[in-house]
Amino acid sequence: MKKLINLPENVVREELEGIALAHADLVRVSLDPYMVIRNDAPVQGKVGLVSGGGSGHEPMHGGFVGLGMLDAACPGEVFTSPTPDQILAATKAVDGGAGVLHIVKNYTGDILNFEMAAELAREEGIEVEAVVVADDVAVKDSLYTAGRRGVGATVLAEKLCGAAAENGLGLKQVADVCRHVDEFGRSMGMALTSCVPPSAGRATFELADDEMEIGIGIHGEPGRERMKLASAHDIVGMLAGALVEDLPFRAGDEVLAFVNGLGGTPLIELYVVYRELDRFLTDKGIIIGRNLVGSYITSLEMAGCSITLLKMDADMTALWDAPVKTAGLRWGA
Amino acid sequence: MTDTAADVSRWIHAFQAEIAEHRVRLTELDAAIGDADHGTNMDRGMRAVVAKLDDAGVGVDIGSLFKTVGMTLVSSVGGASGPLYGTLFLRMATAAAGLTELNGDGWASAWDAGVAGVQARGKAEIGDKTMVDALVPASAAFAAAVGRGGSSAEAWHAAAVAARAGVKSTVPMVARKGRASYLGERSAGHQDPGATSTYLLIECGAEVLGGVARADRERGTATESVST
Repeated sequence: MKKLINLPENVVREELEGIALAHADLVRVSLDPYMVIRNDAPVQGKVGLVSGGGSGHEPMHGGFVGLGMLDAACPGEVFTSPTPDQILAATKAVDGGAGVLHIVKNYTGDILNFEMAAELAREEGIEVEAVVVADDVAVKDSLYTAGRRGVGATVLAEKLCGAAAENGLGLKQVADVCRHVDEFGRSMGMALTSCVPPSAGRATFELADDEMEIGIGIHGEPGRERMKLASAHDIVGMLAGALVEDLPFRAGDEVLAFVNGLGGTPLIELYVVYRELDRFLTDKGIIIGRNLVGSYITSLEMAGCSITLLKMDADMTALWDAPVKTAGLRWGA
Repeated sequence: MTDTAADVSRWIHAFQAEIAEHRVRLTELDAAIGDADHGTNMDRGMRAVVAKLDDAGVGVDIGSLFKTVGMTLVSSVGGASGPLYGTLFLRMATAAAGLTELNGDGWASAWDAGVAGVQARGKAEIGDKTMVDALVPASAAFAAAVGRGGSSAEAWHAAAVAARAGVKSTVPMVARKGRASYLGERSAGHQDPGATSTYLLIECGAEVLGGVARADRERGTATESVST
């Protein structure tokens, strides 16, 4: 294992200390329990937004704390859910009297920990709603699995809900924005290489030099198929094809097209992917209204990408364009 | 057959030692079908539990003791196991609230409440390839033995035997809950790590509280890899 760290067991704490130092203008950081909290929280009268999950997906979620996005993020250890006491503390810290929305990615551990935290917060008189994001079409959604994983659409949900909350919408309406993203957003990813959690010290799965995994999860969970490496053109065809078919997205639909790097893929390749995606969608008569290209929900040093498509309307577009000022995403403010 | 808070504490300490001993094996079982952290997470959680008990003192109220165990697990384990094991002990705490001794019926009620809590939290049924596959039969066997007027040793022995059979039963199962479910058919042929740690919990109870001799329970072999 070759990593730019001190000790594996200190990675998350030292990362948080780094965030505190680098972004003191945006956030304050708690080390016990781990929390990244918007500087001016709680914002009175505004719905508070809390998300969280295992570390290793940066900038998600700590990098999305600030004006127009999250009020707090709860990082767990690498690839391990945060705990209820942590989520409860964050919920209390951002409650400005208008209730708190928990944005939860669909993983069993995240769901159970957020559920317990929501129960505890409600016992303390805080109004809490939770919305689960489950957008990964690589997983068959059936009674026989834990359901689709929460991936790229989570980033979009945090941005859009953050704008809705900033506009003064109530808890139920902000939660509805999140449900909209879950309903109309679809994602799928692919990996060129594996990733190495610092405490494990070895790759979570093996992939030969000439192989790729289509449908990879952000913790290296297996996808739909392992196959020989293909061109960016063919890979985009597989990923975007699966998304378009699943919702389905139809000619005339306007979408937000999100090309995401998984941590080890350079921007030059992500733009090659975006070029292919634009051509693919144009060919089908699907209109890209807005786009996002970059590494926003990562899997440590994994090389590869994911594509997320979200069906947009005028309201969603206005929320997307609204000002945001976080370490990971910033415009108009 | 009555146990005091001090007895219960000995069980918890024994479980901590057992988890520490099998930490690597539990993580290996998890690596095959999950995310390779079950041993690490449970070890961190049980160390925190024991440190808390040693710091705060055990007291005489068994309900409070269970509550400390549950709250500490919830805040230190993470993943799915934290809320599930935490809920087990928190519900046992409610069932044993204010009690300074647990008799057979008291234990049976506590297990029943704990198991119901785990199932309500995780929504898993028998056959889903989870800790429920060891926990539910063990709790049922314990209650049945107590109902027959069995001794403490008999009840714990029956629970350990049932838990062991439950662990073995997870090997051919296709996971329907948790991260292992993403593997679908590929999860078959692997022993469930959560069911394995649950078996260890009950095995420790049988040894420490039931006084069941190690040879009766093929100690430790539950974590051995079983292939089909």
